Amino acid sequence: MAQPPLTMFDMARRAMSAQLVRMNAASSNLANAGSVAGSEQAAYRPIRAVFAEQLDTASGLSTVRVDAVVRSDAAPIRQHDPDHPLADADGMVWTAPVDENAEMVEMLDASRQYQNLVEALSTAKQLMLETMRMK
Amino acid sequence: MASTLFGIHGAALELRSQRMGMIAGNIANAATPGYKARDLDFAAALKARMGGADADAAVGGATRYRVPVMPSMDGNTVEMATEQTAFAENAVGYQATLSFLRGRIDTLTRALKGD
Repeated sequence: MAQPPLTMFDMARRAMSAQLVRMNAASSNLANAGSVAGSEQAAYRPIRAVFAEQLDTASGLSTVRVDAVVRSDAAPIRQHDPDHPLADADGMVWTAPVDENAEMVEMLDASRQYQNLVEALSTAKQLMLETMRMK
Repeated sequence: MASTLFGIHGAALELRSQRMGMIAGNIANAATPGYKARDLDFAAALKARMGGADADAAVGGATRYRVPVMPSMDGNTVEMATEQTAFAENAVGYQATLSFLRGRIDTLTRALKGD
């Protein structure tokens, strides 16, 4: 059976959860900022949500889905810290390459877009209710 | 009967609702790389609808891609200011159409009640 056509509520819900995934990715990165590992492979690398358009042909509405959550290929920062318990034989540790400013901007952008969606949805809902009350 | 009672306003409400969905789709895709913002040429769609085209054909024939003021590097052409003003304008238009419809319905109910 074919999927029922998307309503504006479905559309906003999906877009809002996509923004939430994006916000979670940014906060994971922020939480791991400054975390240290004993090898380059073990170091934390920032994650980022990739969005893609999802068009519902039945209703003509296009919403958004999270296509993938990818790890960035930024190289961990190599530091000389022989006193660190995780340091290798040469006294090196690797710090997560998290750009705190970029993550904060990402979070702000995601929350603003979430707000926009809430606002648009509440306007649409109000208009729908007014249409229903017409008699 | 219904089409003569509501005249142009029935079609207008339907198209306003379609356009609202379209602009909400743009707002939802504000962060999607490569997404091209779309909008409905309302006047053209309404003209087609009144000319006898069905709703899908009228909407399909009057859908246009938005021309961005400043294209972004990821190919996304959604500009929040544009989308928000378009959404607000459309909401006001929807509300106006609703009042016209309400007026017609009031007229009819008054005639039916006869008071």
